[in-house]
Amino acid sequence: MAERTQKQKPAPSRTEETVEDAPAVAGSGDKLKAELDDLLDEIDDVLETNAEDFVKSYVQKGGQ
Amino acid sequence: MRGVAIPKVCGIETEYGILVRGQVPDSTSNPVSASSLLINAYLASVQRRAKFDLVDEHPGTDARGFQVDDLLAPEIETQLVNAVLTNGARYYVDHAHPEISTPECLTAMDALHFDRAGERIVEASMAAANRMLPEGAEILCHKNNSDGKGNSYGCHENYLLAREVPFARIVQQITPHFVTRQVVVGAGKVGCELPGSSAGDVPFQLSQRADFFEEEVGLETTLKRPIVNTRDEPHCDAAKYRRLHVIVGDANMSETATFLKLGATALVLAMIEDDALGDDLALANPVAAIRQVSHDPTLQRTILLRSGRRATAMEIQWSLLERARRYAETHGLGAVGEDSGLRTLSLWEGVLTGLEADPSTVANQVDWVAKQRIVEGYAERHGLRPGDARLKALDLQYHDMRPDRCLARRAGLDVLTDPEAVERATTNPPTTTRAYFRGRCLAKWPDDIVAANWDSLVFDVGRDPLRRVPMMEPLRGTAESVASLIDESDTPSDLLARLGA
Repeated sequence: MAERTQKQKPAPSRTEETVEDAPAVAGSGDKLKAELDDLLDEIDDVLETNAEDFVKSYVQKGGQ
Repeated sequence: MRGVAIPKVCGIETEYGILVRGQVPDSTSNPVSASSLLINAYLASVQRRAKFDLVDEHPGTDARGFQVDDLLAPEIETQLVNAVLTNGARYYVDHAHPEISTPECLTAMDALHFDRAGERIVEASMAAANRMLPEGAEILCHKNNSDGKGNSYGCHENYLLAREVPFARIVQQITPHFVTRQVVVGAGKVGCELPGSSAGDVPFQLSQRADFFEEEVGLETTLKRPIVNTRDEPHCDAAKYRRLHVIVGDANMSETATFLKLGATALVLAMIEDDALGDDLALANPVAAIRQVSHDPTLQRTILLRSGRRATAMEIQWSLLERARRYAETHGLGAVGEDSGLRTLSLWEGVLTGLEADPSTVANQVDWVAKQRIVEGYAERHGLRPGDARLKALDLQYHDMRPDRCLARRAGLDVLTDPEAVERATTNPPTTTRAYFRGRCLAKWPDDIVAANWDSLVFDVGRDPLRRVPMMEPLRGTAESVASLIDESDTPSDLLARLGA
């Protein structure tokens, strides 16, 4: 997973510049990053209160 | 040269995961009865007029009228609900899951709208069912394909093909697409469900379903699942048509993914029908390859082709896209619809370009990327390791049909549908296939139709015998041909007289 995180920024220096210098024209990648941060902020309210029990109880019969 | 491929009429069948929580009567605690309650509650609350059973694979069987008034009567526990809705869809209990089949659609964009309408119907069903359950009890549905414990359920696609296309050609040429399209349309999964695998082996993979495929080709759908399913049940004129029943896909939350799953597959099938694709992408070992592709979110590993060449799944998808572009120029896009076809080509290229450059740039389009970002972002923030239950909970809740719990809804996914058209599609049929005739008749004469089938309607016109209207042509019975007939008929007898039946 660490590998993956690094790969997400193929040109880190340029990306940083873009973010600092021209936030108004931030690309969709930056917008998504901000949205992800917002989502992670609220996720504890959304996530099942007892995730372990929820996952354990999530048993389905096989289908097609 | 114009293509001769026939219109790729298509549809999606989705089995939803179902969970009952809280104190409920014994009669509701198992998934079959819970699924029945879910669907019956919906029929009673929303589609009261469209209640009846479908006499499907057994046309000789008597139709059994489903009585809404009996909703809580004991017999409901054993009765498998099987209804057809006024939008032409089928809503039923299958293998202990609630399942919705969209009506037959002429294009991928239409099918996307009806797939989304299906989600709305399930949401409405949950709300209606929960009103009938004791305080604190609830039924939850998930639009996913696995419980993370080795149990899988399907999201099937169907495509109309000309009967004369040799089935061996279809199998040979569609398989490379089915194995590699996961990079574009995989719904993503935390962990791996191959026997003997542990959480650290495959922390995250592209597909919900890839772990469950064991054969290249076969008839099964619940055991030893094949990449190409041979079920030959066209639900239309079998002398002219074949219905390719595709069981190898994931249920998607991203509209782009659902659209591309159908749009790209319809295009590849049109190429196969016009014999414009070729055999050179055939894979040496498709079953091993489908898992390997799914288990490799770096998209870097190569798979072996029968020719001896090795290629990544991305390279094979690029190659299919290039061929599809050439096909569009040489044969036209008539078989998949001009608009849907052009949109497919452009979105397909955009997603491949994004995946190649930096997958995070297509997190608004590709389910597995959207899910992986949430899972990895959350794991990083809280220092969680692979195998932590919270990561699996995120996976499940990505597909949660409760609007306030669904993570996909919060993931910033692109919207391709018109919300009003989706709303309309919950009760109104598509106008460009035979589903129009089915849906309109059901809405107008619910009490006079004793059975509805994909390829027929059976009317009770008050005297023996029952009158059966066959619909063996998927593209007859459209609004253009029958709207005014239905509008102008006051009774089913009127309609049948006008139809010359």
